[in-house]
Amino acid sequence: MPSKVYNYAEYLRIQYIPHIWCPGCGHGIVLKAILRAIERLQLDKNKIAFVSGIGCSSRAVGYVDFNTLHTTHGRALAFATGIKLTRPDMHVILVSGDGDATAIGGNHFIHACRRNIDMTLIVFNNYIYGMTGGQYSPTTPQHSFATTAPYGNVEPPFDICNLAAAAGATYVARSTAFHATQLDKFIEKGIQNPGFSVIEALSQCPTYYGRKNRLRTPIDNLMWQKDSTVSVAKSKNMSAEELSGKILTGELVNTSRPEYTHLYDELIEQVRGLPESEEI
Amino acid sequence: MNTKRVRFVQGNEACALGAIDAGCNFFGGYPISPSSEIAEQLSALLPRHEGKFIQMEDEIGAMGAVIGAALAGAKSMTATSGPGFSLKQENLGMACMAEVPCVIVNVMRGGPSTGAPTSPAQADVLQARWGTHGDHPIIVTAPTTVQEIYHESIRAFNLAERFRNPVVLLLDEINGHMREKIELCDPAEIELWHRPKPPVDKNWERPYERNEEGVPLIPNFGTGSRFHVTGLDHGLTGFPTGDPKIRQALHHALIAKIEDNRPLILKNEAYMVDDAESLIIAYGSTARSARRAADILRKEGRKVGLFRPLTLFPTPEEDILRAAAGKKLIVVPEMNLGQYVLVLRRILGRDIPIIQVNRTDGDPITPDQIIAAVQGR
Ligand SMILES: Cc1ncc(C[n+]2csc(CCOP(=O)(O)OP(=O)(O)O)c2C)c(N)n1
Ligand code: SF4
Repeated sequence: MPSKVYNYAEYLRIQYIPHIWCPGCGHGIVLKAILRAIERLQLDKNKIAFVSGIGCSSRAVGYVDFNTLHTTHGRALAFATGIKLTRPDMHVILVSGDGDATAIGGNHFIHACRRNIDMTLIVFNNYIYGMTGGQYSPTTPQHSFATTAPYGNVEPPFDICNLAAAAGATYVARSTAFHATQLDKFIEKGIQNPGFSVIEALSQCPTYYGRKNRLRTPIDNLMWQKDSTVSVAKSKNMSAEELSGKILTGELVNTSRPEYTHLYDELIEQVRGLPESEEI
Repeated sequence: MNTKRVRFVQGNEACALGAIDAGCNFFGGYPISPSSEIAEQLSALLPRHEGKFIQMEDEIGAMGAVIGAALAGAKSMTATSGPGFSLKQENLGMACMAEVPCVIVNVMRGGPSTGAPTSPAQADVLQARWGTHGDHPIIVTAPTTVQEIYHESIRAFNLAERFRNPVVLLLDEINGHMREKIELCDPAEIELWHRPKPPVDKNWERPYERNEEGVPLIPNFGTGSRFHVTGLDHGLTGFPTGDPKIRQALHHALIAKIEDNRPLILKNEAYMVDDAESLIIAYGSTARSARRAADILRKEGRKVGLFRPLTLFPTPEEDILRAAAGKKLIVVPEMNLGQYVLVLRRILGRDIPIIQVNRTDGDPITPDQIIAAVQGR
């Protein structure tokens, strides 16, 4: 079967390219995966709200031809919640960095998962604060190096997918820039899930994470993604020893639970038009 | 048939009723005394009017949700008090920069920090003007009575919509919790202002192009125009730019939008001002004591008047100058250690003596305190 030819230009604001990303950065690969998912789903561009916080990853929203909102650091989910509640018919898709989503935005992240509001968040996890020059983030592995971890990172990291699952997201999956064609399938399913979906996309920051951690070239980084991940399916036949240090890729949660805007619309149906005199 | 809608309600409830009558259909908040009744009322009223209420995980999230809802077309508001108002500041700045209409109610309590949760204060007057970083446009209004809170709540939405700017409604623990009889407007007769419409139905690519009032013609999300909204310096397309000319023009346009429209925004009351020799300048619930003080002093034969700005910012400079012209003494009572008086001193200079009456012990300023100040005791 010939592979599908995607019309990326249809979804890009070509006039604002070249983008700000460094050569070899993984964020463009992840953005393309999102655009493939959107094209396959044939979503109406007018009905997509594409929302981000602050960071290299968050700059993605400027380059795409949707209703785009570049908010404050960590707060994209809060803004998006207001959009989705006001326009439940819109597709709300968010991009965020690991710092944006799980450090400064951690509170909004767990509560969006808990509410199960129908939005899809793609976290570009490059294990570092790219935009501000390579400081450690909540996902930076222990002992690896960052501009604020010159002796190796003292802190243990978050597992973004476990965090999302524990907080109640109804679709959770992980893939990588290396596994780009798998990544777009997860994003597609995340958008289709009528609830809150989190797709963690391992991305690379050769400029900072790579340079500090002996992954100098973009290829080194992509090979690292290939070598340090193992699929959920494959992991079932592996021993704990073999799995140690490996990162699971695949669908980690795929379940269903009542969705927040539906529940609120049901509430409106019950109380709509009740006179003011009716006791509260 | 008597169709008057008369209510006996708290200021906070009046604020919620005003919001509903103004067409508010989104509230995002986080509980905090002494503002929580506004959220409680709207959690009940909004779904009855097909609006949405959400209690967010914190005030930062609440302010974000309010902006998102407004961009999607909602008439959007939040309510909070001191510590929560501090948390809202970053996103409030985003609303100023991206020109998103919204109403932020701050029922002031004592500060700094946790301060005095259920005691009155007017501690956030300058924070309301300058709380978020950077030069920015803002409208701040401080009503006095419960009836006036209802009207100012409606007016806050009108101003927010017409000028696509955040409007801060400053109540305080006294008038937020005080109960008074009020009359609601006939909904059919309320004049409502709306955000300016973009000129074309097809994809409108210059959402930050301005109308003759200097207000950008930003479509609502999801209505057929696809555009970019950012807190970064941006040009008419909304896309970030590093061009110094465009950036400077943006910053000037933001400020001019409010300053140049001051006649449409300002509201104040001059009470027995013309022949007065001494002038009290007071706002919010402190103006109640000030009015009483003026009445008592007039009975005693002293020529005292009251100037009461409802709109604290933009500042009613001309009105203040006019009210103060020829006066021998200005008395400025505030439940803080002297905040709005700084603005007044800038406007009035050193020619007229200004006496401050300040209090931050959690008790209201009494008419007696103001009388004593006027009498030079
Ligand atoms: C309130 C606030 N604090 C700090 C910053 C500075 N800042 C900008 S981006 C960023 C981190 C970005 O890292 P991440 O979210 O992982 O995204 P990346 O740049 O790596 O894609 C920080 C700390 C900010 N913009 N706002
Ligand atoms: S600093 Fe890192 S994350 Fe940012 S654009 Fe460059 S490579 Fe990408």
